[in-house]
Amino acid sequence: MAFIPHTQADVAAMVDAIGVARIEDLFDEIPPGLRIKSLAGVPTALNEMEIGRLMSERARADGAPLSFIGAGAYEHHIPAAVWGITTRGEFYSAYTPYQAEASQGTLQMIYEFQTMIARLTGMEVANASMYDGASATAEAALMAVRANRKSKAARILVPATVHPHYRRVAVTTASNQGLKFEELPYCTAEGITPSASLARYEGQDITALIVQQPNFFGRLEDVDALTDWARARGILVIAIVNPTSLALLKPPGEWGARGAAIAVDEGQPLGLPLSSGGPYLGFMTARMEHVRQLPGRIVGRTLDVAGREGFTLTLQAREQHIRRAKATSNICTNQGLAVTAATIYMSLMGPQGLTRTAAAAHARTRELIAALTRVPGVRLAFPGPYFHEAVLTLDRPVAPVLKSLSNRGILGGLDLSGYFPELGNALLVCATETKTLADVERYRAQLTEAMQAARAA
Amino acid sequence: MPQREPLIFEYSRAGRGASDQWPHEADPAALADLPAALRRAAPPQLPEVGELEAVRHFTRLSQLNFSIDTHFYPLGSCTMKYNPKACNQYAMLPEFLARHPLAPESSGQGLLACLYELQEMLKAVSGMEGVALSPMAGAHGEFAGVAMIRAYHRARGDLKRNEIIVPEAAHGTNPATATMCGCAVREIPIEPEGDVDVAALEAAVGPNTAGIMLTNPSTLGVFERRIEEVARIVHEAGGLLYYDGANLNAILGKVRPGDMGFDVIQMNLHKTFSTPHGGGGPGAGAVGVGARLVPFLPVPLVGREGERYRWLTEADLPQSIGRLSGFMGNTGVLLRAYIYMRLLGREGMQSVGEYATLNANYLMARLRAAGFDVPYPRRRAGHEFIVTLKRQARELNVTAMDFAKRLLDYGFHAPTTYFPLLVPECLLIEPTETESKDVLDAFVSAMSQIQKEAEQEPARVTTAPHTMPVRRLDDVRAARQLDLTWKPTPP
Amino acid sequence: MSKVPADLKYTKSHEWVRALADGTVEVGITDHAQHALGDLVFVEVPEAGRAVKAGEPCAVVESVKAASDVYAPLAGEVTGGNGRLGGEPQVVNSDPYGEGWLMRLKPAAGALSGAALLTAGEYQRVLEAEGG
Repeated sequence: MAFIPHTQADVAAMVDAIGVARIEDLFDEIPPGLRIKSLAGVPTALNEMEIGRLMSERARADGAPLSFIGAGAYEHHIPAAVWGITTRGEFYSAYTPYQAEASQGTLQMIYEFQTMIARLTGMEVANASMYDGASATAEAALMAVRANRKSKAARILVPATVHPHYRRVAVTTASNQGLKFEELPYCTAEGITPSASLARYEGQDITALIVQQPNFFGRLEDVDALTDWARARGILVIAIVNPTSLALLKPPGEWGARGAAIAVDEGQPLGLPLSSGGPYLGFMTARMEHVRQLPGRIVGRTLDVAGREGFTLTLQAREQHIRRAKATSNICTNQGLAVTAATIYMSLMGPQGLTRTAAAAHARTRELIAALTRVPGVRLAFPGPYFHEAVLTLDRPVAPVLKSLSNRGILGGLDLSGYFPELGNALLVCATETKTLADVERYRAQLTEAMQAARAA
Repeated sequence: MPQREPLIFEYSRAGRGASDQWPHEADPAALADLPAALRRAAPPQLPEVGELEAVRHFTRLSQLNFSIDTHFYPLGSCTMKYNPKACNQYAMLPEFLARHPLAPESSGQGLLACLYELQEMLKAVSGMEGVALSPMAGAHGEFAGVAMIRAYHRARGDLKRNEIIVPEAAHGTNPATATMCGCAVREIPIEPEGDVDVAALEAAVGPNTAGIMLTNPSTLGVFERRIEEVARIVHEAGGLLYYDGANLNAILGKVRPGDMGFDVIQMNLHKTFSTPHGGGGPGAGAVGVGARLVPFLPVPLVGREGERYRWLTEADLPQSIGRLSGFMGNTGVLLRAYIYMRLLGREGMQSVGEYATLNANYLMARLRAAGFDVPYPRRRAGHEFIVTLKRQARELNVTAMDFAKRLLDYGFHAPTTYFPLLVPECLLIEPTETESKDVLDAFVSAMSQIQKEAEQEPARVTTAPHTMPVRRLDDVRAARQLDLTWKPTPP
Repeated sequence: MSKVPADLKYTKSHEWVRALADGTVEVGITDHAQHALGDLVFVEVPEAGRAVKAGEPCAVVESVKAASDVYAPLAGEVTGGNGRLGGEPQVVNSDPYGEGWLMRLKPAAGALSGAALLTAGEYQRVLEAEGG
């Protein structure tokens, strides 16, 4: 069943109008040796009832454990209206808004998104999204190289405290264009990037510095000192910032004396479900002076021939469909539906809702840390301030403990020993407003048992 | 005609809010440990509106859009086929939505089974040996494909091969992608009947050739008849063949790119496999490869060991081009594609190519009979075809853009305009297999009507649209006087 | 029909060159080019002091439908770009050979005489071949 509406009478009339005997004749330009005989590798069709049953069984098999994992994807309450409206056919099945007069809904929504996300990050202009936070970071590095005319080196400093997946995606995406990413060491006792690790780059040609706040460990970096250092040396600052945290933390536009140049990150916390990793949304904002170097789509407000306000894609000459080989990026399809959800989410939450969400997430994480560090063998890895996630060190390997917790229906966090072996038995844990004190207590109790079981073994 | 909808900021009033959605206030002491120097001075300036206001606003915005659910949307090269509601419903089962990307494999076997089977089905329809699902759009898949070609040559010590050949009619993402991969672009011309100029290709290949990027049928809507020869020429010169799968709908179930000699393909799941276009994404650009490129596939992908599924990472594919996504790509989109492919099954998939091609050829025949010009009258259409309005532009001063805008008044979304760049004043029309004969006939009537208007009352066409929420928009003003974020008007 | 002043030299890529009394040259895009691009929305000109080679892209003209590189017609050093175009790119459309000049160059030794520039007549023939 392929949703094909044709009757036999339709087909007969159509082949007749074309002037062939059968549909097969329409493929007569294709060399016969290339025609496939059958699609044996594809199973036979299911009807909707059958696929519904199969998917329900598979979903049930995965269950819904209690999760305390953060690490770049965060569980937040999503108001029912967000996806109720986002899945309306007029948003869901619309195309990229190239015919502006037939797409004013999508275009206006994107303009509203651009406005909100620029304000949230303290910047002046935004694009209509990149694929995700990691790819947005890669694109920001490429943008910085284009925008920083004074620098010829295409060298980007990346703290080790930036999300490891983001760093890998940046290398995969941008190193073919000659960008060099250099890792800045962090302080293993503090979990942040000391200004001292910048000292060795004094006097060198560096194009950009990336700073993530909160960093991958949940720790708060000294963003003012890092930004001022870079600015004073003509180095562009790229900020990676969790959008929920921006309700409480100073936005990148206000870092240091003059702020960051570009801000990116993962917009998933703004109304997008965890959904095993996607679709998410990479937001990208910048200072107005860099607007022509921004990749991707941008919506502008203008007037129509009758003097009425309307919205349209603008600055398209930078994009692939016009500039082709010299485009700022090859991006075409981005994350339109996710942008719709995020815009509705930000409207429903507003400043008060987002602030309360951030505060509740932070408070709950503090309660979680307090509870878990009461379990023998568990301590907080880094003493300084963190926001809504933190690193614990255990006195025994993390993997068996997590497995034991998983068997009890709890996903305890992310095992860091593969990513940061120098931290020993390290575990990254997160709690948001979706967890109750009872959930925290349950984790504490189960962790105690899981630790004892591991010790006994 | 729908009225203009104010901006959400215009509804905002201090103190309003959808308070049912907010968590309870936390104890202020819980924030004491956040250093004052890092705190935001004032709350972010997001709109303050009630829930009903927000719901009304966004619902009304949606009503200003054309969409597949409401209108025939024959955008060439976009494959605007019906997005089955079942795909959305079952991809959004709560357990799938709630799962964290870094949750252990033991609590993801259901999801991984779906993704693994999707990989296998995509291999089967494309004739490839390996598939990775993490690229998040067609262009992203293209990037992966070209990066793999480059990695393959470099792994063999063939460092000079950095030139990608692209036909002049190629989609803009192709040369843009080549540049992003650090390659040089070499364009070759098209012959008058729409095929690639094989003599020019022979002259263009050499020791610097990394590969060629093609789509088949091409962007001109016609099948590349000498594809086997093209494949031989490029392979003999040491290059690889990249297939841009944007036009896969034309041949789904009839021909497999792997059998045509292609080494790598990206498949736009949001085109051929009907995941939603969403106003510009999210899509997914699954990438398929022949045996020699399997080691270079981007990670992660899904592997199977006996009855268990697991993620394959850099440790399993040490020559992988690396990670393209923060996690594993647009998983929700992948699930929708999986459900669609299971609903179609092998029988349905065979029908797709047939009926997409039938609809395109029928529409082309009827439009020609109605007096419209096509650039390749002797060729069969694939799943899309071009109509050129060069004559109308010259004789009546009515352009393809004017026809496109007037079609909106007739309740049809316009076809793709001015692409491919090779054909002047063109409309690239792709009906897809899910449209009925009645809809196609109505479209022909509308085009005939507009032609009459162009002859008798051209202003009606050149100043169209008349019934949309806005008239034609001033693009030049939009680019010269940049207004990209809303600012309150000063009192 | 686009205008092609007889007293200027031209390139195949639609730039014009005017020799100035002080030995420098002034460069812009032709009437044909500005017409093909449509209303310009943005122009980027090179900074004074920049050295350029013949054929090197050194400026960008952008309209709603296209963004094109402008190529240096000969080797030399940029003495200045037309600062007015930042705020008024449309001047290139209205006066491409006058107020719409893009940049001035000091040619490298021998560059002006050695440059393969077209006369007005030769450029006219290029346009006819292109059908413009």
